[in-house]
Amino acid sequence: MIDLNLTGNDEQVLAAVRQEALIARRYARHYDENEHEFPPNELPEARDHPGFMANMGNRSAEDAGMAVLSMFIAMGQTWGDYSVRLRRQERGLGNAALQAAGTEAQKRQWGGRILAMAITEPGCGSDPSLLRTSATLDGDQWVLNGEKIFVTTGCRADGVVVWATVDKAAGRAGIKSFLVMKGTPGFIVAHKEKKLGIRADDTAAYVFQDCRIPRDQLLGGDEQVHTEGSGGFRGVMKTFNMTRPGVAALGLGMAEAALDFTRDALHEVGIEITYGAGLQAQAAVVERFVRLEAVFEAARLATIRAAWLADQGESNNMEASIAKAKAGGAVREITQGCIEILGPMAISREHLLEKWFRDVRITDIYEGTGEIQRLIIARTLLGYSRHELK
Amino acid sequence: MISFAMTDEQASARDAIRGFAATALRPNARAYDEASAIPDAFYPQAWELGLTATQLPEAYGGYGAPRSPVTNAIVLEELAYGDAALALAAAAPSLFAYAVADQGTEAQRRTYLPALCGAHYHAATLAVAEPTPAFNAFAPRTRAVADGDGWRLSGRKCCVPLGDRASHVLVIAAVDDGLGAFIVAHGATGLRIADAEKNLGLRALPTATLDFARVRVDVGDRLGGAAGCDVPRLLNHSRVALAAVLNGMSRAVLDYCVPYARERVAFGEAIARKQSIAFRLAEMQMEVESMRWMIWKAASQLERGRDATRSTHLARIYAGEKAMWIADNGVQVLGGHGFIREHPVELWYRNARTLSVLEGVAAV
Repeated sequence: MIDLNLTGNDEQVLAAVRQEALIARRYARHYDENEHEFPPNELPEARDHPGFMANMGNRSAEDAGMAVLSMFIAMGQTWGDYSVRLRRQERGLGNAALQAAGTEAQKRQWGGRILAMAITEPGCGSDPSLLRTSATLDGDQWVLNGEKIFVTTGCRADGVVVWATVDKAAGRAGIKSFLVMKGTPGFIVAHKEKKLGIRADDTAAYVFQDCRIPRDQLLGGDEQVHTEGSGGFRGVMKTFNMTRPGVAALGLGMAEAALDFTRDALHEVGIEITYGAGLQAQAAVVERFVRLEAVFEAARLATIRAAWLADQGESNNMEASIAKAKAGGAVREITQGCIEILGPMAISREHLLEKWFRDVRITDIYEGTGEIQRLIIARTLLGYSRHELK
Repeated sequence: MISFAMTDEQASARDAIRGFAATALRPNARAYDEASAIPDAFYPQAWELGLTATQLPEAYGGYGAPRSPVTNAIVLEELAYGDAALALAAAAPSLFAYAVADQGTEAQRRTYLPALCGAHYHAATLAVAEPTPAFNAFAPRTRAVADGDGWRLSGRKCCVPLGDRASHVLVIAAVDDGLGAFIVAHGATGLRIADAEKNLGLRALPTATLDFARVRVDVGDRLGGAAGCDVPRLLNHSRVALAAVLNGMSRAVLDYCVPYARERVAFGEAIARKQSIAFRLAEMQMEVESMRWMIWKAASQLERGRDATRSTHLARIYAGEKAMWIADNGVQVLGGHGFIREHPVELWYRNARTLSVLEGVAAV
């Protein structure tokens, strides 16, 4: 039965998430201005705080599915701050890849570690078939060589799932992923990137120089070079069907914070947001704000839709891209618009709005740019293969 | 609980209406638009779908299905996928019927609902919009002034669907302490029905401008009785409905453009294989879906009796803006052919602009 409203139980969980998020927000400015510091895994306040997990026990089959709820939780957390959390979840993108494509033995061995995911290279972004990092089999070892950039949580992680090609001539079909732990000789964390936003987040650059790992650290354990479309590459791509809505949710949490801040600031000077009158009959500033709220709702529901399909075990490839593309555009429009609505006060670093404006900008770039998402949507819509629509 | 799953009843209603839209609406849309008229035979044919009667209580002759704004939003999307003007014509009696069923007194329900559940087509409607600049549905200029044990209604309404033939029209008006809805019969003294409106879009749909000159309304014909009714709630139902119509029309544009772009060749390949067109179509798809979820959210709030003022407003303005954008891009994808009346996109372009400024022309 169609219902897009949260239950009381879910509202309780999310209220607790927001409480924690407000604590994290106290530290947001500090770690933004001090980019070289890492926020701690636990804030000092965490010790005396029950945490939102305490509210999860009452949930039942009547409440939202886990994928849907996790979208709301992600939004609630970044509503506080993108990079700072009361307690940091000990997970990276590589963990999702491990869960999606790893063997049972690999999941047992590496599941407890924080795993980053290294895909992008200086000369290879959205088109992984261009990637140059290579893996060569030498006896019982893989030898990795190459450079990786934009590795999220790359400094903090215990290890990484790294994409490398075992056969350049095979193009995408030659791409495999490998588990490499920190401390492996030849695996160098080159530096932490300096960024426009999400500055407290650690984004690393890696170098692999004759880095040797055991043969069984190939993710999924299957060494055959697959023919196109039959496994390896596509298996790893599936990882993104949940992470794309997740990335959308992370951005939307900040956009919501910007909307809330703007609404409160307008309220303080006596401008109230109302929804009754048609747009024609509203003050320009109210109309502008309400339009931004509508954009937010549209992107949030697109994100929830993609997650809901995942909860149902249904394919969500196009919907995950819709969520990501929709949110990527929405968070830019919303934060840019909120600054325009509030005027000069909005650009002050006394407030967090200018930070949200910078922080959300990554949403339309990482995990596949908005353009790549449109490509995926268009191929599905038009029934084109990737050769037919590039 | 968050769910996008239709019930079996909703899925079968969708399929039935989709079939009707494909056979009775889309093939006739162009001809009726050119004629600026719908043949009389259309109304009884649409009446047989039971659009209005299905959700009216059995006690008054209805089929007794639970009132479901979500189901109605699904149905309106499908109807409007066929044609928006014919969708509004077919669903117009629900404007009056749902308001009376949801917020009328027992006496009002007994008086008005049986005819709307009957075997024979019966037109009744709602009058919300007014021909004033910066019109605000929540602050109409049409006023009802207390007069003895009843009311006197004065003002002007426009874009009233089936306003020329409706046996009764429910009129939204300002009263001293807010808003009221008043039932006025077709031949009431002081009610003047102007010549049929000639509008930019929805040309087939008969819409009327109604002038009220101190029209007498008995105390028993204020919807909800002496205490009145929740007019914002009524308007919220109409806003979701209008958004659903915009949604169906938007999907029609997209579904027309996709095969066109795959077949139309320029510079040696289908234009759909060029990113400028492919990305445009992708964005149309994104917006068709996103607006639907906003409509479903607002409708599900109405269904649960929650205050849906915010969500209905957001759904309505978003659907209005994006439907216009989609229709605009539909014309662009077809290029010169988008400007020619041989293709439906020029009709959708006019209808999008028309629909997205209207109020109170459909109900869920």
